[in-house]
Amino acid sequence: MSKTKTKQEEETLTVKIYIMGSAHEVPASLTIMKAMEYAGFKIKRGAGCRAGFCGACATLYRKAGDYRIYAALACQTQVEDGMVLTQLPFVPAPKAIYDVDSLKPTASSILKFYPEVARCLSCNACSKVCPQEIQVMDYVQYCLQGQIDKAAELSFDCVQCGLCAIRCPAEIPQYHVGMLARRLHGKYNTSTPETLLERVEEIENGTFEEGFEELMSLSKDGLKKRYTERDFVDQKKA
Amino acid sequence: MKMIRGYPEDMRKSIDNVNKTRSKRIDQIIEDLSLEERKDVLDNFHPDYNPKYKRDISWGVNKGDNVPNEVADVIEAYPMVNPNDIDLNQIDYDVNILIIGAGGAGTSAALWANYSGVPKDEILLVTKLRLGDCNTVMAQGGIQAADRPVDSPLIHYMDAIGGGHFENKPKLVKALVNDAPKIIKWHKDLGVMYDCTEDGSFIENPGGGTSRNRMHCSKDYTGLEMFRTLKDEIINKEIPYLEFSPAIELITNETGGIAGAVLYNIETKQYFVVRAKTIILTTGGFGRLHVAGFPTSNHYGATMDGVVMAYRAGAKLRDLDATQFHPTGAAFPEQIVGLLITEKTRSLGAQVLGRNGEQICYPLEPRDVEASSIIKCCAATDNYIETPTQMRGIWLDSPLIEEIKGKGTILKNLSAMYRMMNRFDIDITEDPILVYPTLHYQNGGVELDENCYTSLKGLLAAGEISGGVHGKNRLMGNSLLEINVFGRRAGITAANEYKKKSTVGKLTLAHVHKSIKSLDALKLKDKRYSPTILPEYRSDIVRDRLVQLYEQSL
Ligand SMILES: Cc1cc2nc3c(=O)[nH]c(=O)nc-3n(C[C@H](O)[C@H](O)[C@H](O)COP(=O)(O)OP(=O)(O)OC[C@H]3O[C@@H](n4cnc5c(N)ncnc54)[C@H](O)[C@@H]3O)c2cc1C
Ligand code: SF4
Ligand code: SF4
Ligand code: FES
Repeated sequence: MSKTKTKQEEETLTVKIYIMGSAHEVPASLTIMKAMEYAGFKIKRGAGCRAGFCGACATLYRKAGDYRIYAALACQTQVEDGMVLTQLPFVPAPKAIYDVDSLKPTASSILKFYPEVARCLSCNACSKVCPQEIQVMDYVQYCLQGQIDKAAELSFDCVQCGLCAIRCPAEIPQYHVGMLARRLHGKYNTSTPETLLERVEEIENGTFEEGFEELMSLSKDGLKKRYTERDFVDQKKA
Repeated sequence: MKMIRGYPEDMRKSIDNVNKTRSKRIDQIIEDLSLEERKDVLDNFHPDYNPKYKRDISWGVNKGDNVPNEVADVIEAYPMVNPNDIDLNQIDYDVNILIIGAGGAGTSAALWANYSGVPKDEILLVTKLRLGDCNTVMAQGGIQAADRPVDSPLIHYMDAIGGGHFENKPKLVKALVNDAPKIIKWHKDLGVMYDCTEDGSFIENPGGGTSRNRMHCSKDYTGLEMFRTLKDEIINKEIPYLEFSPAIELITNETGGIAGAVLYNIETKQYFVVRAKTIILTTGGFGRLHVAGFPTSNHYGATMDGVVMAYRAGAKLRDLDATQFHPTGAAFPEQIVGLLITEKTRSLGAQVLGRNGEQICYPLEPRDVEASSIIKCCAATDNYIETPTQMRGIWLDSPLIEEIKGKGTILKNLSAMYRMMNRFDIDITEDPILVYPTLHYQNGGVELDENCYTSLKGLLAAGEISGGVHGKNRLMGNSLLEINVFGRRAGITAANEYKKKSTVGKLTLAHVHKSIKSLDALKLKDKRYSPTILPEYRSDIVRDRLVQLYEQSL
């Protein structure tokens, strides 16, 4: 049985996809997220930024005639004919409570809060599923080895979608582990530039107060003049 | 249609022009516009200056202000709930500080209220979707702070106020630029990973309209890195938060001060009453209203709810006549039209080119000027590129970045942009990106002072919801800064209020009844409801069917 098409539907190239079991004919140019909306779903969970930054739209799918399970961000992936889709609600993974001020950038800091990291089987299921194509297993291993700098850098592009955690046989919440690694790295492995500290001190000493008073007393024309005459130090200008 | 490395064959001809002219352009600097020339291009091509897209607000405190039609639409709309259906005697949450909207401004406010001595259980953070579904998490390019010896908060002040057409509120600009270095230090202490050079100093880039390089960044995931750290802290400090629970109306007391809010659980459709002594509105911007029909770079829930609620309660708004269109939204491929291509692409050296591969304008003008120059090229010349779906755009020459700064610069500094385009088979290290302006930022909003007090007692505001900080046009990197500066200030102000002895008063929705009366008097042709909560993207066919079902049920 096939439903009769509207004129508009006839003119656009469409594909057939299955959303949570039911078949829908949708324009071939849409993302998975827009296709679900086209099909009539009002998305409440499973959408946030709609641009690949927030990790709210993790989706699993299979393709016709293919045994594999694929994972993607619904807002960043175009539909394909024969996709069988399901949207994932966000899977809970407990985040440890800690005070970064009292930690050191070492493996033991990580193991203290996420002892399950030691159970990593090196199966690489996490890296295979990551829609950001991060080598998740490697950053977990770096944590275990105390190479916090490498773990922080490798995990940096994580959007915390949670897909890795649901595939992990050792039940490690990798993205929380990466978060802790990055905070330890950002706080302890690089020093705060002197120039920043000096500037903060100057501000606290009121160094710029007089200057502000003067600028804030200028008329609009006075400001305009100052603005047009300001010098550019770093950029090349014609 | 034959596709070659992500682009249709037709568009490849123009890409060849871009590739051919690149070596000639590498040192070519095109002159920026004078204030008079800026005015000219804005008047003729910026949607703000086109009366067709705007009308006057017809009721309330800001009656007569000229704003985009879509903004007037949500202000001239009925409450989504009948105030008589809410039982204010049943108080579901009783706290000292209620923070509505958990983006960067909301989370900073919660943390600073807590740092300033408010116990966590006296704070409640509520948000529309998940913690993290916000504009903050999507910010790419960076955050401004004048911390180099060649720079100063005073220079930052001039850049911000000139970018805002000299209409910014001076005290707010001072707070913005003078707190900036403190904010970076706070982030560094929390462990936010800002990009550094080998010798440990920050990498600082230029932005549109800045006269010094002061853009601190975390690759092109600056907002993500900042927000996930703030969120991590919220959880570490065990500050209570509610997800999927947007506020739909403020609650007032007998003297017209703000005393709480009505929440709506978007799944169970239940209403909840919160009573609080101080309410901080941090609901962000309005991109999903699609002003002037533009696509948007904003997150799903950016529907201006906070402004609507505050307006009904009588809060004063400002600068909503000015809307920010980001010069470079993606114009191809169709799947990502309107999504942001960060200004950092231009900070790193990418030029803006027409069909023939020649530069069309100085690449780092303030945003409104840059966007207008691009619209001009596409609307008043034939020097644009057309996509298979008849969208017009111009080229952003990303491969030039690698020529200037060396191979590998894009992967290292623009990994989000690389990844997004690569998902659609386009390699931005080899080929340029097609762009057109996209609706990006709410320049104006609820008026506040430097301690985040609004015109209503008990109501504070911070972040993109507010008006005054950026005047008529915000510069890149001043918004991530704003949400931290004013989020922090709002948290501290709320903590000061916490320490004062006073009572909340009797809860009422009198202001909602009053708004309904004012709206009745307008005799509106279309009966609309707001706040919008989530935009409607179901297809026309589906919507028609829903209307039919609804009509049948009557
Ligand atoms: C793609 C993109 C890139 C950007 N890049 C930069 C950049 O490089 N530099 C820069 O400085 N700025 C940038 N900006 C701007 C900046 O990110 C935002 O202006 C800023 O983050 C806004 O923060 P906020 O806390 O005010 O609002 P948001 O971060 O948007 O948070 C508001 C929160 O309130 C919630 N909310 C809304 N309505 C309700 C309601 N009724 N009840 C409860 N909760 C509600 C929302 O769901 C959201 O979670 C960018 C913006 C975008 C969209
Ligand atoms: S590391 Fe895990 S949570 Fe992060 S983006 Fe990859 S799959 Fe998602
Ligand atoms: S899925 Fe789990 S066990 Fe397997 S490699 Fe990744 S972290 Fe280790
Ligand atoms: S909706 Fe945020 S990543 Fe897809």
